[in-house]
Amino acid sequence: MPDKSILIIGVNHKTAPVEVREKLAFSGDCSGPLTELGNIPGCRECCFLSTCNRVEIIMVAGQPEQAAVAARAFLFGSSGLTDEEARRYSYLYQGRDAVAHLYRVAASLDSMVVGEPQILGQLKQAYREALERKATGVILNRLLHKAFSVAKRVRTETNIGGSAVSISYAAVQLAKKIFGSLKGKSVLLVGAGEMAELAAEHLVNQGIGRVIVANRTLERAVRLARKFNGAAVGLAELVDRLAEVDILISSTGATELVLKKDQVRPLMRQRKNRPLFLIDIAVPRDLDPELNDLDNVYLYDIDDLKSVVDVNKSEREKEALRADGIVAEEVGKFGQWLDGMALGPTIAAIRQKAATIRDAEVAKTLSQLKSCSESEQRAIEMLAGAIVNKLLHEPTVFLKNSDSQYNPEIKLAFARQLFGIDRESPEQAALRENVDMRGGSE
Amino acid sequence: MTLFFQLSLILYLLATLVYLAHFFSLGKQARTVARSFLFVAGLLHTVYFIARYLAAGYTPLTSNHEAVSFFAWSMTWAFLSFWWRYRMKNFGVFVSPLISLLMLVAAFSSQEIATLPPALNSKWLPVHASIAIMANGFMALAFCGGLMYLLQEREIKRKKFGMFYERLPSLEALDNLNHHCLTIGFLLLTLGIITGSFWAKQAWGAYWQWDPKETWSLITWFIYAAILHQRLTAGWRRRRAAIMAILGFAAVLFTLWGVNFLLGGIHSYAG
Repeated sequence: MPDKSILIIGVNHKTAPVEVREKLAFSGDCSGPLTELGNIPGCRECCFLSTCNRVEIIMVAGQPEQAAVAARAFLFGSSGLTDEEARRYSYLYQGRDAVAHLYRVAASLDSMVVGEPQILGQLKQAYREALERKATGVILNRLLHKAFSVAKRVRTETNIGGSAVSISYAAVQLAKKIFGSLKGKSVLLVGAGEMAELAAEHLVNQGIGRVIVANRTLERAVRLARKFNGAAVGLAELVDRLAEVDILISSTGATELVLKKDQVRPLMRQRKNRPLFLIDIAVPRDLDPELNDLDNVYLYDIDDLKSVVDVNKSEREKEALRADGIVAEEVGKFGQWLDGMALGPTIAAIRQKAATIRDAEVAKTLSQLKSCSESEQRAIEMLAGAIVNKLLHEPTVFLKNSDSQYNPEIKLAFARQLFGIDRESPEQAALRENVDMRGGSE
Repeated sequence: MTLFFQLSLILYLLATLVYLAHFFSLGKQARTVARSFLFVAGLLHTVYFIARYLAAGYTPLTSNHEAVSFFAWSMTWAFLSFWWRYRMKNFGVFVSPLISLLMLVAAFSSQEIATLPPALNSKWLPVHASIAIMANGFMALAFCGGLMYLLQEREIKRKKFGMFYERLPSLEALDNLNHHCLTIGFLLLTLGIITGSFWAKQAWGAYWQWDPKETWSLITWFIYAAILHQRLTAGWRRRRAAIMAILGFAAVLFTLWGVNFLLGGIHSYAG
């Protein structure tokens, strides 16, 4: 039963164009969404993640089907889209599929730029806010902690993160080959995406003087610009601003080209042919590929940058396969735990543990009492068995009693904790500490 | 005396070889060794000039051998003087073969010390000839810079990173180098033409008489003037400036040799 109760509903850059994602427009902290989601009938736990490229609701609900409908209605509540459109643009994962999806998101396998590290920080931040509002419970706490450790495993055991980091590294190297020093140069970010932010961060670390952010919604532009002490402008000002900058990083995710050759050609004269380095990390592309034909304009899209980083594409695919393998393995482990979270397996596990202790203690005692007879031995064994059974009787009745005022999952979780059924390894405990202490977005 | 010339020639060639080895192997020590060779070659070459001056009794810039050898000498010292100011990655790899080439041309030209034709016997000789040839030296460096720019730009533009991307400096640095060399070269070229016309007035009675050498100097001057002017006004920089620096150098070489061999004229006794 609890297996199906986990559900994830959301939109991302693959399922919905940026116009749709921006209509969802959840900004600021998650307190509003978390309260509303908590009011959905049957919702037991929830967490809410909103980034530039995705909005996701992670939920544990008693009646998953009804909860999914309600959650989707909430997600698209302010968008003005019909229910049919909402279904088309969003995805719904349940049970193990949901677990796998969350792991993939955390490990940045679902990102626009696979391996970009920002998403993990954003997920941690979302979890921390949910934790502060006590929106999460037994299952999501474990699921999210697991997701963080899966992300860590993927990052340390595969080279998938290397490629995203090295892409912005390659961009910086190229910029240096074109401009010499980056001191006093300026960069224009078009679209406020995760990868653009990462690349901009690298450039700023290399001494870039000024950052301008242009975005469809000014609000997001302002938020990102603040981070770099830069200016924010609307997308309409793009071409005007292009005259004054040296580097442009575009990641809007618009379906059509944002910048065409004919718009830039007259600019070059105005710029007195100062070179222009255009980086297009959007999929589909934002910048006209023909721009590269202009003198002193250097256009690189994400594939060009990737090819700079590692010529060996099969190597990258192999890494992705290994990452998928890790995710599948971890999903299996979580599934096992989840199965155990049912009443029957929990009672069985408690009994199993008790039986193990009983047998061990009986054996220890009997080995010291060498002189006792067979019937005496039998009596000792029966004594031990009786104590165990009597002790376990009341807890078992309590767990099986479904009409108590307690949430059955909390009861199960307490029981499992009380009996030490799934004791956390020190490593997981450390990770939990880590999330609670900072959990920030970097 | 010719010993100094031969020694410097050998050292120039050695420097070139070591520079090329450095380029392919990227060993850091090789570069220092190559630069030292070049420096010593430059010193020996200077000694050679002084010796030749003493032997001839006039400034030895009249024959093809002397002019071309002085050309190589100017390039060497212009290059070495740059090294004080900017660190240009692998600039020497492109400059040293050209120096060696010039030295070989000089080595295969007649090294005989001729008696000075009366028309050249003037206090203008050392001034005009040395300035004009030093201008060539800087133009040659601009040519090397332009070549490097085009090679580097090609790889960045085509996104195919071969041999040059890692090894050559940034486009910005190459463009600055280009501008720097052209500015100095142009200044010297202008001075060369002005001193030349004063000398012409003194020797032949007219400041300017459209002798092929004069005409081609003027054409060269206009090419470089155009580069510098367009850079300031229309922003002809980088790629276009690099191409123009290469074209300009072709005009320099034609003025130096082409005119003598193809067009003749009253200048044709000298480089």
